[in-house]
Amino acid sequence: MNEPSKVIVFQLNEEQYGVDIQQVLSIEKLTEITKVPKTSDFIKGIINIRGEITPIIDLKDRLQIGETEYTNDTRVLIVQLKDIQVGLIVDTASDVIDISDASIDPPPKVIGGVSDNFIIGVAKLTERLLILLDLEHVLNLDEMNEIKSVTDEA
Amino acid sequence: MDTNQYIEVFLDESREHLQAINDHLLELEKESEDTTIVGEIFRSAHTLKGMAGTMGYEDISSLTHKMENVLDLIRNHQLAVATDLIDILFSCLETLEEMVESIASGGDGKKDVSQLVHQLEAIEKGEQPETSNGDQEATGTADTLENLEIDEYQKTVIDQARDQGYHAFQITVTLNEDCMLKQARVFMVFEVLEDSGEVIKTSPSVEELEEEDFNDQFSVVLLTQETLDSVKDKIMKISEIKQVEGTPLEDSHVHMPNDEKKEIHRENEPQEKQKEVKEEQKQQQSPKRQTQSKSIRVNIDRIDHLMNLFEEVVIDRGRLEELSSKIGHSELIETVEHMSRVSKDMQNMMLTMRMVPIEQVFNRFPRMIRGLSKDLDKKIELEISGAETELDRTVIDEIGDPLVHLIRNSVDHGIESPQERREKGKTEEGHLQLKAYHNGNHVYIEIEDDGAGINRDKVVEKAIKNGIVTEEEAEKLSDEEVYPLIFSSGFSTAEQVSDISGRGVGLDVVKNTIESLGGQIFTTSVPDNGSKFTIQLPLTLSILSAMLVNVERETYAIPLSFIEETVMLKPEEKMSVNGQAVMDFRGKVVPLVSIQEVFEVPGTEETEQNGNQDEAIVVVKKGDKLTGLIVDHFMGQKEVVLKSLGNYFKDVFAISGATILGDGSISLIIDPNALIK
Repeated sequence: MNEPSKVIVFQLNEEQYGVDIQQVLSIEKLTEITKVPKTSDFIKGIINIRGEITPIIDLKDRLQIGETEYTNDTRVLIVQLKDIQVGLIVDTASDVIDISDASIDPPPKVIGGVSDNFIIGVAKLTERLLILLDLEHVLNLDEMNEIKSVTDEA
Repeated sequence: MDTNQYIEVFLDESREHLQAINDHLLELEKESEDTTIVGEIFRSAHTLKGMAGTMGYEDISSLTHKMENVLDLIRNHQLAVATDLIDILFSCLETLEEMVESIASGGDGKKDVSQLVHQLEAIEKGEQPETSNGDQEATGTADTLENLEIDEYQKTVIDQARDQGYHAFQITVTLNEDCMLKQARVFMVFEVLEDSGEVIKTSPSVEELEEEDFNDQFSVVLLTQETLDSVKDKIMKISEIKQVEGTPLEDSHVHMPNDEKKEIHRENEPQEKQKEVKEEQKQQQSPKRQTQSKSIRVNIDRIDHLMNLFEEVVIDRGRLEELSSKIGHSELIETVEHMSRVSKDMQNMMLTMRMVPIEQVFNRFPRMIRGLSKDLDKKIELEISGAETELDRTVIDEIGDPLVHLIRNSVDHGIESPQERREKGKTEEGHLQLKAYHNGNHVYIEIEDDGAGINRDKVVEKAIKNGIVTEEEAEKLSDEEVYPLIFSSGFSTAEQVSDISGRGVGLDVVKNTIESLGGQIFTTSVPDNGSKFTIQLPLTLSILSAMLVNVERETYAIPLSFIEETVMLKPEEKMSVNGQAVMDFRGKVVPLVSIQEVFEVPGTEETEQNGNQDEAIVVVKKGDKLTGLIVDHFMGQKEVVLKSLGNYFKDVFAISGATILGDGSISLIIDPNALIK
């Protein structure tokens, strides 16, 4: 797997997360979201990013670790994966850092309540841990539905 | 050579030429005497051969090469146009199409063409096409001592050259028998020839010369200002040349028959003094290219991208308009107004850029009908009108298959066999009409046949059998309600499953495709008089007139094409039937659907209490079914740009897309199809 070397750091609840900077198009302030009826709960709706209709996902909701309360710090990470452009709502987006492959550990089974399906690995930084998200899984709807039905049954 | 960058041009042009060959073949079948048509086919085949050769698709060029030979014979009245012959040419065409498509989908365009090549060679030699099994050789090595045959076009070139003081010579060069590198010698001879004039014809053909596919002798027709002797001398200076003979070319040669000849075009080596001759030549060869030069090919993605960028301009325009009216500076307002007008014109231009004539789809049908009528032993005449009607490119791409399906259906089930038709007192030949026209914001495509019509009883019987309707329901249905049943899924009226239609896929696919394009299909039919399918399509998919409505804090757009009327409904006019809210709309009971409930729009306290106010209803129609959509407010009509919700959402219920409003916010576009019951 291709480990990221430059990552965008953002915060969900108290944890810090990172995604490969290559996948991030821009970071936007939250504007008014147009709701789309009858879609998954974690899809909050769509916003207009420079003429592109962009679906917005509440990342916390997606990772099943709660729901985002919108504040002045709330940001939308516009990410692109293949031909899909999606916005992720995060608590704050704080930093861009370099991490070396050597500092990355494989994901533990569950970290901060997030299932390891969504995680590439955990980067050990000085005094803190950074959870590296696997966007491909995060954005994959089919998989989500499977996970959901599994947890519902359990 | 890296040819990748040319592939698209090659594909586009190949398709164009194949289409031209197709059209002309069909014409030729009707008017077998017309040699100008053969000329057209020849020209297309020739261009195709050249292009394929350059791109390295040898199978295409070898097949077109043989086609040319045969066409040449027809053109010179040495071969009569027979159905067999046309059939073979059509199968060549099909093979060529397959090869081109294979290239388009990333293949290598290779295909075994030897069978067809054999057949063509057999025809060339005057055998019956069926009994063919000719061998590869013998075509290139015709007796070159004979006078070369000059066709009309070359004659014109020669005549014109003469007027300008050129002489036309036929020169026959014989190489030494032990010559080692014939090809190199030939090349040297050509260099000399082209230095002194222009070669307009060779025998054997240039290709064969290049492949050393000739004996020791070849002939050329040369246009030059020099004398015959000086040219001869120059050629003799090349080593390993045994003999050079030359004769001035007389007019009398023009119609002399000969079995092998080729034109060559050397347009890429302009020589000053022959320029005029060449220009003449070019004009003659490709009158089409002249007109084409005024248009360029643009990738549709680029237009889409331009459109996207432009939409941003439109949004900013909206903001500017707001700002300028707020500031109230008169010069500013003037400028902004002017900009709005200009940008509206630009918007229209951009939309027309996406429009293409429906001809692209229609022109594959004549051949299809020809094939079908052969397979089914029916006589069918296809009449096409309105092929120039323009439609959005996206619609064009999608509408082909449904039309094929409907036409096959009409031919297979609609039009009867000649015998049956005679018994019914109709002409033996069935008529199929394909018509396209604009009307308002829509384009209509009609497929009308004069066949047996739809058998109501059979349809009903089948529908009951397949559980689409119950017997009681069926009895109450009017004819107009019965016919659409053939478009229900799992329905097929053909008693026998045939190759042509009725493979169980059914017409429901047709209906689905058309509806997904925002269109509708209507059916009318008179027993023994024929049936008519009318497809209504939106003019363009990317822009539509819509009514904006408010539900709580959300704004929705409802396409105007669906809207029958808007009504303000008093609370007491709202009724309930079996728990379903309904209203009385001109004597009709129309079910009501609340957008707020369907889309689960969260309400605010304020609106939840006022149950006593008039309700705003948008009455939408689908076919003859009406439904009232309850909204909060009407906001007015607007041209909106339809944007897809993207791949991330799959099939959102009752939403066909979204649009960006003037203030940059997004409004969803409602698809009333899903809400009408």
